[in-house]
Amino acid sequence: MSLTRIEILGPILVSVALLAIWQCAYWLIGDIALRSPGQTVRFAGELLSRPTFWPHLVETAKAFVAALAIASLLGLTIGLLLGLGKTAGDVFEPMLIALYSIPKVTLYPILLLSFGLGLSAKIAFGALHGFIPVALFTMNAARNVRPIFLKTGRVMKLSRWDVVRKIVFPAALPEIFTGLRVGFSLTMIGTVLGEMFASQRGLGYLLMNAIGLHHVDVIMAVTLMLVLFAAVISFALLAIDRHLHKRF
Amino acid sequence: MPHDTNKVHVSLRHVTKTFRRAGGGQDVHALGPIDLDLKRGEFFAVVGPSGCGKSTLLEVLAGLTPVTDGTVVFEDQPIHGNVPDGVGVVFQEDACFPWMTVSDNIAFGLRQAGIPAAETARRVAAALELMGLGQFARSHPAQLSGGMRQRVCIARTLVLQPRLILLDEPFGALDQQTRLLMGEEVLRLWRETGATIFLITHALDEAAMLADRIGVMSARPGRLLEIVETGWAPDRDSTIVETPEFGQVTARLWQWLRVESMKSVGRMDRR
Repeated sequence: MSLTRIEILGPILVSVALLAIWQCAYWLIGDIALRSPGQTVRFAGELLSRPTFWPHLVETAKAFVAALAIASLLGLTIGLLLGLGKTAGDVFEPMLIALYSIPKVTLYPILLLSFGLGLSAKIAFGALHGFIPVALFTMNAARNVRPIFLKTGRVMKLSRWDVVRKIVFPAALPEIFTGLRVGFSLTMIGTVLGEMFASQRGLGYLLMNAIGLHHVDVIMAVTLMLVLFAAVISFALLAIDRHLHKRF
Repeated sequence: MPHDTNKVHVSLRHVTKTFRRAGGGQDVHALGPIDLDLKRGEFFAVVGPSGCGKSTLLEVLAGLTPVTDGTVVFEDQPIHGNVPDGVGVVFQEDACFPWMTVSDNIAFGLRQAGIPAAETARRVAAALELMGLGQFARSHPAQLSGGMRQRVCIARTLVLQPRLILLDEPFGALDQQTRLLMGEEVLRLWRETGATIFLITHALDEAAMLADRIGVMSARPGRLLEIVETGWAPDRDSTIVETPEFGQVTARLWQWLRVESMKSVGRMDRR
């Protein structure tokens, strides 16, 4: 997997530009609402050295990993079923798109009542955000597998299950991966949002608490950690995504 | 391998195909009735105007499409909408799996058929050598030209050692020079394997160069108007296009096809 010079230099230049804008904004606005990049990094380091911080990080990580796993598995299964079954696809696709369109936060009270104020509700809320793009991308990818591949499968006498396993899934993989990439971002948004609205632990809870107490250092440091984590993973996923698409 | 061209290998009797239109639309009579015997080890080509049902005929022979009426018998067994053992198909469209290497593409059918790994490796290596793909064994199809990808598809079919090879315009997407060279490759493979070959093509010169017999199809519904015997020796190659006899064969094919092609074009104009 070799990246071109522009693919490596581009994000670095953008990051430098963003840091410069951030620093300028800090000079303009001041300590009342912002911290400089240097102060934020220093405070983030300090936060990481506090034993009281780690349970929040672990809680968010646990919720996010579980939500992402559920979103991916559920999205893949639903997407493949709807993509391979024309009738099922015609019936359920509009519902899936409707669910995608509505603000998921309106469903959070129902999730809280169903799962209680704890890890399960956050996982459910994260998964609710993430599984729909995975399902939609997988459905379209399965539908768009080139008919000649399926015909080749028939000539080679593949069973229906083998057609799915050995032809549909690998042929659809680049599109599925794009769905997983989008699902990753939305699952993260869902998980942190869940923690912000109703939770007793986690980075989202820390953020809301800091907003209430006007702890600008905490707000900036936690936000920076979330942004860095999302950016690094997204960059890696995008590189894999491009690599997969290159062969097709 | 000597060609035993006396025994009937595939037999079509009164084969007809009608496509039913969904929603009560008018049915489309695509093919037939067709009666044809393919002899074991012969190279048979079919030419015909666009939309005459050539590919439908091939799909019927492959067992990919069930007939509406009539029977297709391959090695004394009727074909009923399932691909029989011993039949290989190469399509016009690029059917290489882009997620697999060239080697894995060629080995795909063998692995599916449960052939032991050592035998699979041996056959794949032989096919790579035969098709001149040895140095591209670990490449992916996207790294190959259109002609090379088509060779991979032919190799994937050949390793299964089919006794009947169906070629659906396999060189349709290639340039003229590559088509001539690929034609020579196919002739060589035909001589070496002794398989019966059924080739669908829209190119009269391709059919005239490759086949022992050429079936000329009518405009839709496709029927066999004439079977032209070329009389070429089995060890022919592309230099045959320089002979006066080649010109006579193509002229004869065009005589039959001219009116049918005009009918086909007229039908398209009226749409």
